[in-house]
Amino acid sequence: MRPVSIIGVGCTKFGERWDASLRDMVAEAGIMAIEDACVTGEEIDALYVGNMSGGRFVEQEHIGALISDYAGLSRLHIPSTRVEAACASGGLALRQAVLAVASGYQDVVIAAGVEKMTDVSSGTAADALASAADREWECFFGATFPALYAMMARLHMRRFGTTHEQMAMVAVKNHHHACFNPIAQYHMEVTVDDVENSPMVADPLHVLDCSPISDGAAAVILAPTEMAGRLSDTPVRIAASSQASDTLALHDRRDLTTLDATVHAARAAFSQAGIEPKQVDVAEVHDCFTIGEILAIEDLGFFEKGQGGIATEEGLTALGSSLSVNTSGGLKACGHPVGATGIKQAYEIVLQLRGEAGRRQLEEAEIGLTHNVGGSGGTAIVHILSR
Amino acid sequence: MTTHAPRFWRCIPQRYSLIGTHCTSCNESFFPPRNICPNCRRGAQLEECKFKGTGTVITYTTIHNATEDFDRLTPYHLAIIELDEGPRITGQIVSAPDGVKIGMRVRPVFRILGKEGERGIIYYGTKFAPIEETCCD
Amino acid sequence: MASGIVSYGVYIPRFRIRLNEISRVWDNGEDISESLRVFEKSVPDVDEDSVTIAVEAARNALMRANLDPKRIGAIYAGSESHPYAVKPTGTIVGEAVCASSAFTAADFEFACKAGTAAIQACLGLVSSGLIDLGIAIGSDVSQGAPGDMLEYTAAAGGAAYVIGREDLAAEIEGFYSFTTDTPDFWRREGMPYPEHGGRFTGEPAYFKHVSSAARGLLKKLGTEPGDYDYAVFHQPNGKFPVRVAAKLGFSREQIEPGLVVPMIGNTYSGSCLIGLAATLDIARPGDRIFVTSFGSGAGSDAFSLRVKEGIDEIRCGAPTVRDYIGKAQYLDYAMYAKHKGKLRI
Repeated sequence: MRPVSIIGVGCTKFGERWDASLRDMVAEAGIMAIEDACVTGEEIDALYVGNMSGGRFVEQEHIGALISDYAGLSRLHIPSTRVEAACASGGLALRQAVLAVASGYQDVVIAAGVEKMTDVSSGTAADALASAADREWECFFGATFPALYAMMARLHMRRFGTTHEQMAMVAVKNHHHACFNPIAQYHMEVTVDDVENSPMVADPLHVLDCSPISDGAAAVILAPTEMAGRLSDTPVRIAASSQASDTLALHDRRDLTTLDATVHAARAAFSQAGIEPKQVDVAEVHDCFTIGEILAIEDLGFFEKGQGGIATEEGLTALGSSLSVNTSGGLKACGHPVGATGIKQAYEIVLQLRGEAGRRQLEEAEIGLTHNVGGSGGTAIVHILSR
Repeated sequence: MTTHAPRFWRCIPQRYSLIGTHCTSCNESFFPPRNICPNCRRGAQLEECKFKGTGTVITYTTIHNATEDFDRLTPYHLAIIELDEGPRITGQIVSAPDGVKIGMRVRPVFRILGKEGERGIIYYGTKFAPIEETCCD
Repeated sequence: MASGIVSYGVYIPRFRIRLNEISRVWDNGEDISESLRVFEKSVPDVDEDSVTIAVEAARNALMRANLDPKRIGAIYAGSESHPYAVKPTGTIVGEAVCASSAFTAADFEFACKAGTAAIQACLGLVSSGLIDLGIAIGSDVSQGAPGDMLEYTAAAGGAAYVIGREDLAAEIEGFYSFTTDTPDFWRREGMPYPEHGGRFTGEPAYFKHVSSAARGLLKKLGTEPGDYDYAVFHQPNGKFPVRVAAKLGFSREQIEPGLVVPMIGNTYSGSCLIGLAATLDIARPGDRIFVTSFGSGAGSDAFSLRVKEGIDEIRCGAPTVRDYIGKAQYLDYAMYAKHKGKLRI
């Protein structure tokens, strides 16, 4: 296996992109990444795209060929593969690209992610997202995604004394971060009161505890580290790539307040990278709901189980602290076009490590981590990036 | 119209009567039924079993914003219930005027789970209700 | 060989609406409760229908006597609100009670007496030895058009009776039916609400048929009202059963235990079967019970029952009618309209 680096990144504006189609957005992000990397189309060996549900959201499957076609690569006939792991589809596309390059099978590979979610009603979108849970034994009985996370939240509150106010502080923090991110869906500060007074979705989660329905696309370009210096002035090394699975349904999990898939993926990633969690400077974690970030910072090993709420309250994850979490605004405020999220996380970390993160730039960012979850925790993907 | 009749029909024993599997090798019970025991895998001895349906609420939520199929039902309670025989399942809690609580004892009730609009089939199945005292108790 | 009731079970949804609340909306006077002698009626939950009620009642009946569902040879479900026009309620009940597949089933409809007609069908198969046990069910989520007089009483509930030859809780000593073509109340195919002939539903319909069937049975068996400990008559409101009982010579005390309509309304196919269940809940071995149903259209089935020792064995096996009546949760008219699907979306 050979070391792999990211040599180019691109990301569209996230949000309600009424004027842009799925193919428009993926072309936009792809071209940004290619221009960023200074590579030509002829140099690209393969393309991986993460997309959760083109079939449900825009009634389009066969996203691999579509992306290659509209990225202008159809005449080169390169392999283009769509991968799917629900909300972790983007992270999985990145991992497939890493494996392809690390194995020596391919050299320059694009990993993209895209989701166009606003062409259907919010009810249809909710139902499409719910298919990431167990359709027959969760959704059939009326489960929604917020409901599954709400049930984890309730148990976390009961066991560890986590408060809804602490969860609301995740939203407050991530909305604040998003105000500094030009691609973010929301440029709007919120207060704890705003979160607690927003309509209830699934008790104890309010609307402002939930990530939004978003459109967007992101792309990164990978190359062997040995070639990266030639193709980019600012390559970022992928120090670890790991993935773990768990039961599809929440009710079958060992512990309802831990995402074991995250725990396993994180352990493998830290072992691969040969670092400790405390060495991470910046992390993009899967905050599809505010409780998601609290679970993530515990399960990734940054804080003890049960301490995520207090850590958030004490500002230990805020921009500029020793561990800045979700500097992009996270899924919560930057937006969550599901297939694009895993790639956008890598995009954000690359910007931070290159020192190109503008008003949200951290002073000393050497090591960054991305954490992408599929479903209620059936899949977790962790990448560690370093300068 | 599109119907999911075959898909629903396949699961009728599980939906109506909580039929699952029990592995005699490791003595663990599973709902829904599994063809492979995650503990014993190829060494498993699986048999059909019927769960009583009584159990305990492990965690719950009240849903105010649902998917299209459940839109008219809100607010409704959803819980993860640990059946007395061991497995955990997700289900709705009905007839709970005083709300749901962690640790609440529940029993199965037969309800409509969904409908394919005005013209399609009706999905019947199991929901849960708090166990209440009766005169003879 | 004696045949009769081996076990029984009821189900009444927990929601209620007070008649005064309905009258508040439709302005039929504050004394509506007094004139109908009905104070509140049961309302199904949003996810309940005639099938779910039938299943709950049938499960209660099997549980009460701890019966093996594989013994069931027939399931006849009576209702005027079967959720499917084509696709039998009995098939769903059979699967939900874990019956074998070796049973016969058909759905019955005879307005409010479909359940007693189902009992008669089971009785024939059981008495002849063709089957071991049969289940007869009467259940309804009856409909009344908004503002119509029917709306004040159209309620939800049901009862299931297991009919057999052994371990009887009550022997059915005999029955007598009286049937004519009398269009007092009807619902045409595809129509959401029934229509009725107003006062025509009284004398030429309810009173004529109930009296004729009751007198026919008394004559057939050579009994008289005084021979019975209890009597149950179909209960479309609180007045009719009281008046018909008096006319036939039954006392207020005989009908009191089975008179459930003031608290739950008219449960149609469930009505006199729930009344009978409430009576069985308190009856002692040796007691005799006289039951007469009425179904519009029109007909009545009268039964004579003698309670057996088996009643004491099964008394505590399932919730009683009073258990269900005691669990009431009240709705206002808006929530009631939502529960009943009266709001077309």
